[in-house]
Amino acid sequence: MITNEVMGILFTNVHDEYLGELTAKRAVASIPFGARYRLIDFALSNLVNAGISKVGVITKSNYQSLMDHIGSGKYWDLDRKKGGLFILPPYNTTESGFSESKIDALGGIMTFLRRSSEKYVVMCDANIVGNIDIDAVIEYHKEKKADVTFVYKSGAGSDNDRDKISFKVLKSGAIKDIRVDDSDSKTSNYSLHILVLEREKLIELIKEAQSKNLKHLTKDVFMAKEGELKYFGFKANTYATVINSREAYVKANFDLLDPKVRAELFCPERPIYTKNRDNMPAKYGIEAKVTNSLVGDGAVIHGTVKNSIVFRDVTIEEGANIENCILMQGCTVKANASLKHVAADKNSVVSKGSEIGGNKNYTVIIPKETTV
Amino acid sequence: MKKTECVAMLLAGGQGSRLGVLTQKVAKPAVAYGGKYKIIDFPLSNCVNSGINTVGILTQYQPLELNDYIGSGKPWDLDRNYGGVHILPPYQQSKKADWYKGTANAIYQNIPFIERYDPEYVLILSGDHIYKMDYSKMIEQHKLQNAECTIAVLEVPFDEASRFGIMNVDENDVIYEFEEKPKNPKSNLASMGIYVFNWQCLKKYLCEDEENKGSSNDFGKDVIPAMLGNGEKLVVYRFQDYWKDVGTIDSLWEANLDLLNPKIELNLADKNWKIYSRTPSLPPQFVAECAHIENSLITDGCSVYGDLNESILFENVYIEKGAKVEYSLIMPGAKICEGAEVRYAIVAENAVVESGAKVGQSPEKTSNLEKWGVAVVGPNCTVGKNATVLPKSMIDTSVEDGETK
Repeated sequence: MITNEVMGILFTNVHDEYLGELTAKRAVASIPFGARYRLIDFALSNLVNAGISKVGVITKSNYQSLMDHIGSGKYWDLDRKKGGLFILPPYNTTESGFSESKIDALGGIMTFLRRSSEKYVVMCDANIVGNIDIDAVIEYHKEKKADVTFVYKSGAGSDNDRDKISFKVLKSGAIKDIRVDDSDSKTSNYSLHILVLEREKLIELIKEAQSKNLKHLTKDVFMAKEGELKYFGFKANTYATVINSREAYVKANFDLLDPKVRAELFCPERPIYTKNRDNMPAKYGIEAKVTNSLVGDGAVIHGTVKNSIVFRDVTIEEGANIENCILMQGCTVKANASLKHVAADKNSVVSKGSEIGGNKNYTVIIPKETTV
Repeated sequence: MKKTECVAMLLAGGQGSRLGVLTQKVAKPAVAYGGKYKIIDFPLSNCVNSGINTVGILTQYQPLELNDYIGSGKPWDLDRNYGGVHILPPYQQSKKADWYKGTANAIYQNIPFIERYDPEYVLILSGDHIYKMDYSKMIEQHKLQNAECTIAVLEVPFDEASRFGIMNVDENDVIYEFEEKPKNPKSNLASMGIYVFNWQCLKKYLCEDEENKGSSNDFGKDVIPAMLGNGEKLVVYRFQDYWKDVGTIDSLWEANLDLLNPKIELNLADKNWKIYSRTPSLPPQFVAECAHIENSLITDGCSVYGDLNESILFENVYIEKGAKVEYSLIMPGAKICEGAEVRYAIVAENAVVESGAKVGQSPEKTSNLEKWGVAVVGPNCTVGKNATVLPKSMIDTSVEDGETK
């Protein structure tokens, strides 16, 4: 694919409100995930792996942690003279001060869109965990001469998907009957919130929507224009999931313990890039007992760890017992503490001998930088 | 023109022939170390952490891997507008062309490179040691002592002193004599091969040395003795921390396993003195239900289903169920299959140890200790099913099923 033909747009604040403590101090895009990543790494890597070298990152609020993570974009090779990474903070035109909807957000970056020369735009939400061959999506979009191509998955999807976009996909690949929030569609095709369209078309749609004061991109634009625009669906056959609730977050982390999921998500031909922290390798002590777990570099483990996700730079002291936990970067679990079904956010400390436990259906979240 | 106080020149052209199969295709500084590093990461990271941002890397032997690894110098923050890292291979000149004839000649041939920065001092480093050192402190002492040359030294046990270049010093740490591998050492101050020179002085001696047809163009053998002979002020800089030459299979293996020894002071987790490296973007390591890991280091991309004890796994290593790995280094991309046993060994990049094979042995189980040593399986070699690789042997081609080598 010709690199300069496609640009990417990422939405980083999707569904912040549904993720509770995890998004108290950050945008959904920078939630730590999978022992060494942030959610946005998947979307960014998917774009970069398709040869896209210009990516606009739309931010709304709480984006310090995100900025810290992506920096100049060098870990994704997006520190470029031509193209590269564009952080697009809210452009203050609305009364509220920041964009409430995707239409507003895209309206706010109109200059960026107009000044670009790429023919196509790939729009992604930054809360999708998946390794999607965007290059194939673009080829498909061209082949079908579609106006908009939606990347979708078939199946039940998450029970908690509160902004589920579902539709019927005909044999030809064409999409009809787009619905939003259709709780009855238990088995259906649902959007992964990754879509491709021409840049000029996007500008046209957004301008029109703004002039009519429309708010919802899917409902007011795509649904309203069914019949007028040609929609096609590109089916993702490998692991992909939308992180739009605490439950979805916890489940997706533990999904990684399945070798099949890892093989699909971390396929060598399309690596998932993240910020390099130059940690040393993970260290397992003499008393360490680690089973069925993922561990990031820089972790130091002296205790017992079972069915867990241990991020970079986590310290687990002697006698500590960790089961079904997600320990994010920099956490310390002191000696003889016991954690079951706990997600400890970045840099939190669990004191000596303490016991914290959720259950299979409820994972306790320890907020960022707290000591318990 | 902008002036640079100190330029570092890193001698990375050595073959490291004593590392055998490990340096058949790569120069010694590009040999893997500690799970995710290469030897050259240590001097390079030391430079950056010491505030030295102009580094010339002198390459000659098998430079492909090293060139590729260094690239723009980005992982070490050495991609700079001014200065930064430069690979300096030997080059053809209008009247002649020469390989680097010796360490001093390598610097001599690059006088024009150094002159571009008009430095006060030049720091000479080598790419075959594992250590963390703040070069700025050494330069500080060099200035205080008003020396022409400062040589970093380590106190070694007297019975080992005859293996090193030994500095004999007066009460002010001024060198009066240099002895290469003395039979009866008068001091135990061993040269670490790290020198700070006043550039103008070094340049003069390099030019004189080049004129001298009998010279071997070596720092230790020629330049330092010539400076001493002329009464220049040479002083030692005493270094106290961990330092290890990794020139042999045994010392490379030891220096790696030192990372597992809590008594040894080589802290790679120090946030203020990170060792940087170029690492591929790989998924986190996975430890399976059936795995058993004791006192080991493991890095990104590894999957462990077997038993691991006192070992280091480099990136993308796969240890199958029932495999046993003890006191060993398993380098990037290598695979140890079901039921294989690897003990006291180095399994190099992308090698495969098939099921039931045995590589190496513990010294306790060896009757003749003379014949014991670390076993080495070379890069891309396969040790066939139920084959045996004896202690101290070094494999550079694959071993057939059931064969013993």
